[in-house]
Amino acid sequence: MKNGVTNVIVAGLGGQGVLKASGIVADTMFRAGLDVKQSELHGMSQRGGSVSSDVRFGREVFSPMVPTGEADFLVVVAPDQIEVNRHQLRPGGVLITPDAVPADKLSNKRSINIALLGVLSRHLEIPEECWLEAIRAAFPEKLHAANQQAFALGRNGA
Amino acid sequence: MGDSKRELLSGDEAVALAAFHLGAALGTGYPGTPSTEILETFSELGGHAQWAPNEKVALEVALGAAFTGARAIATMKHVGLNVAADPLFTAAYTGVSGALVVVSADDPGMASSQNEQDNRHYAVAAGVPMLEPSDSQEAYDFTLQAIEISERWKIPVLLRLTTRVCHSRTAVRPGAANPPPKPPNFERDIRGRVMIPAYARPAGRRLRQKLAEIQAWNESSPLNRVIAGDDSLGIITSGISYMHVREAAPTASVLKLGFTYPLPVEKIRAFAAGAKRCLVIEEGDPWLAEAIRAVGVKVESKPEMYRFGELSVPRVKRILAGDISPEPASVPGKPPQLCPGCSHRYVFEALHDLDCIVAGDIGCYTLGVLPPFEAMDSCVCMGASIGVGLGLRHTLPPEQARRVVSVIGDSTFVHSGITGLVEMAYNPPPTGHVVLILDNSTTAMTGHQEHPGTGRTLAHEPTGKIVFEDLVRGLGIPRVHTIDPSGDPEGLNRLLVESLDSEELVVIIARRPCLLIAGKIKEYDRAATQTCTEIQAD
Repeated sequence: MKNGVTNVIVAGLGGQGVLKASGIVADTMFRAGLDVKQSELHGMSQRGGSVSSDVRFGREVFSPMVPTGEADFLVVVAPDQIEVNRHQLRPGGVLITPDAVPADKLSNKRSINIALLGVLSRHLEIPEECWLEAIRAAFPEKLHAANQQAFALGRNGA
Repeated sequence: MGDSKRELLSGDEAVALAAFHLGAALGTGYPGTPSTEILETFSELGGHAQWAPNEKVALEVALGAAFTGARAIATMKHVGLNVAADPLFTAAYTGVSGALVVVSADDPGMASSQNEQDNRHYAVAAGVPMLEPSDSQEAYDFTLQAIEISERWKIPVLLRLTTRVCHSRTAVRPGAANPPPKPPNFERDIRGRVMIPAYARPAGRRLRQKLAEIQAWNESSPLNRVIAGDDSLGIITSGISYMHVREAAPTASVLKLGFTYPLPVEKIRAFAAGAKRCLVIEEGDPWLAEAIRAVGVKVESKPEMYRFGELSVPRVKRILAGDISPEPASVPGKPPQLCPGCSHRYVFEALHDLDCIVAGDIGCYTLGVLPPFEAMDSCVCMGASIGVGLGLRHTLPPEQARRVVSVIGDSTFVHSGITGLVEMAYNPPPTGHVVLILDNSTTAMTGHQEHPGTGRTLAHEPTGKIVFEDLVRGLGIPRVHTIDPSGDPEGLNRLLVESLDSEELVVIIARRPCLLIAGKIKEYDRAATQTCTEIQAD
């Protein structure tokens, strides 16, 4: 958390909701009144390849890209993408992977990305309501219940 | 709009919002990463947005609108401006009556492009003012400014974005968008708009006069600003590089250029004189450094290795330290691939099995180059598959020429493939030729945009539809076949063999809607049928 800026990277494969998840992190911090920048590369990455997205927040953020090796939090949605992204994490940074959540307790297993945000939220002092508002804003109403359940599972372990 | 609220927007969304706030009458372009979302957002906001068949047509349509006094915006990715370069250069001569903003979204690092060209060169070559925002707030503000500058000097303005500006979401507080546009009206200006040599010669001089005035104005423009700091290090920068610089060198003094052509030369000279060491930090070509040196200001520029790829905070730190040691190799992730079940898979399996020589093109199907298919031998630019395939056919020995196939997607075919087919009908190779149009009924690669072959507008509403079979027959190419590659892979194989053996001109339309969009297409069709029924009922 150098210079008061927190760096989060969300990584996984195209189609897993990586950009959706990083968008929610950015929106949450924005709702909490912080300066935020979120950055990603679109394009070829949509076709099942590796995807990662950077979110930086704090009092004032300049570059939208997390410098290599300076991520405070690395959230990886696909187990096989852990090793290719590990170098992004700073020494002492927090790695959050799918096994942090009991997958069998998810009401919709596609919501694993949101469950991992629940785990991330435990480490950040941000009002829960900011997270929940951002999640509601990111999905159509019919998906609210499943995603709120996933977030709660990650945040509270139940 | 003094009480406007803060929003978290991408640079693309911010450009669209500003164009909408200033009452742009028309937004047109061709989809291309990272520019695509500008027109989609402009349409969602309620603006009149259209996909053109290609960037050249888009710019011409926008120019026509700007001749009426309206405000128009044309959007494209960097390589799209190559296609639109022809109207751009002469539009600089004719000028406009309203406003014309040309958005070029460059892709340093090639996240999704075939080259890394730096379109700042176009501003100089065509003689059009250029603005370079560095975040979404500036994308918003500079779009307003671009429209204002365009109207004030009656000149097209280039708004040059890069991937990280287009696709980063940052805070935006929309500002005062004034004044409102004037009502469109045709005012004849034959000498101003008919570029025969006799009228173009004075137009060229008028353009240079405008640029001289703009340069003088730019010397005191608020779009270029100094962030005061330690005088031991002065950094001149623009665009996204500015953000990396502020983080990599927090104590340096910085000249942040937002309006980069024509450059505020005296401002740069004064800034450089006040710094013990003055360095230019820029992504891509050393364009800024060379322009500054050309006016006799001594500045350092980055080592050659930093011409390639995007800049970042660590890379800017290396440049400042003069570090030219090899950079740590990036860790390869999982490459993209054709989706499971994608109809393109069957086509590339067949081309691979038949050992075809494949002139390829730009789109999802370019992934046919990767294992397990490895069934593509060239990919250059939009539409090149047909011309390159014909060239191969003309000069290869017959036994090789007979294996050549051109493969092109539906949107790419409409963009730049039609003239290739005209060439094929006009200059047929002795061994004939086979063109495969992979029609998945959408512009899949850029995120499923409509095109003239889908029969739906940018907003997915019904409109005229180009029927490829009719178009091809209309060009005098009699052998036109349509096949569903996933429904009948064996039939496709057979058809390919027959076509190659025929030594005639053959177009095969391999048609199957993209799996990712098939459901949506049914929804659009249902909505269209409903509307028709309602109209009939009235």
